[in-house]
Amino acid sequence: MADPMRIRAQAAGDKATVRVLMSHEMETGQRKDAAGKTVPAWFIQEVTATHNGKPVMSAEWGPGVSKNPFLQFAVKGAKAGDKIAITWKDNKGDTRTDEATVS
Amino acid sequence: MQTRRKTIQHSMVVASLLATAGFPQFANAAFNKVGFDAKSIQDAVKAYGGGNISESKDVTVTAPDIAENGAVVPLGASTNLTGVKHMLVLVEKNPSALIAMFHVSDAVDANFLTRAKMGQSSDVYAVAIMADGKALFAKKEVKVTLGGCGG
Repeated sequence: MADPMRIRAQAAGDKATVRVLMSHEMETGQRKDAAGKTVPAWFIQEVTATHNGKPVMSAEWGPGVSKNPFLQFAVKGAKAGDKIAITWKDNKGDTRTDEATVS
Repeated sequence: MQTRRKTIQHSMVVASLLATAGFPQFANAAFNKVGFDAKSIQDAVKAYGGGNISESKDVTVTAPDIAENGAVVPLGASTNLTGVKHMLVLVEKNPSALIAMFHVSDAVDANFLTRAKMGQSSDVYAVAIMADGKALFAKKEVKVTLGGCGG
């Protein structure tokens, strides 16, 4: 199981800015190891976000996203105390969900 | 001793393995393979139902002028327009141009920031695909200096 994500959600006005730092290798499948063998691709493909259980955002990522990906977006109408949950799924089928409270 | 029949059987197995494992990273069905296989900006936009791309000042791409480390380049895409369906972040000269695609809903701002890898200096595109299929883009050149050898 992958390491937990770091999620910060801060309310400002009528929306909340969500910053997520995920822990993932994000291998492109183009690199070669010391023995000249291609390192198999391993990256996050799908990211979804929910606000109090309601899906608000989803994204599809390619191998071009950097290692330990960062993501920032803003949820309209989110206020302090609301729950923001982020889920990612990688191309090996591994998945992880973490939740944060808007402050 | 290896017979001719065995040799042929073996080579057929290898061939079929190669055929199916060509792009193992795209084995997931829910994932839009076409979009991430696309080599050009226009092909990637088409994969998400966008038409011909046109430049627009309503779309903003956030990127540094010079990226010292090509492995971590902060890239963002944003727009103030309403009726945006998808936001795309693309790097023109990467092996697969499409970096990330965001589904925009009413509940979020069409304003996303992430970090990407860049193999070399290239134009970076932010594309907004509208509900009516129009595709608007903004671009910016980012110079990548790897190991201090200059862009």
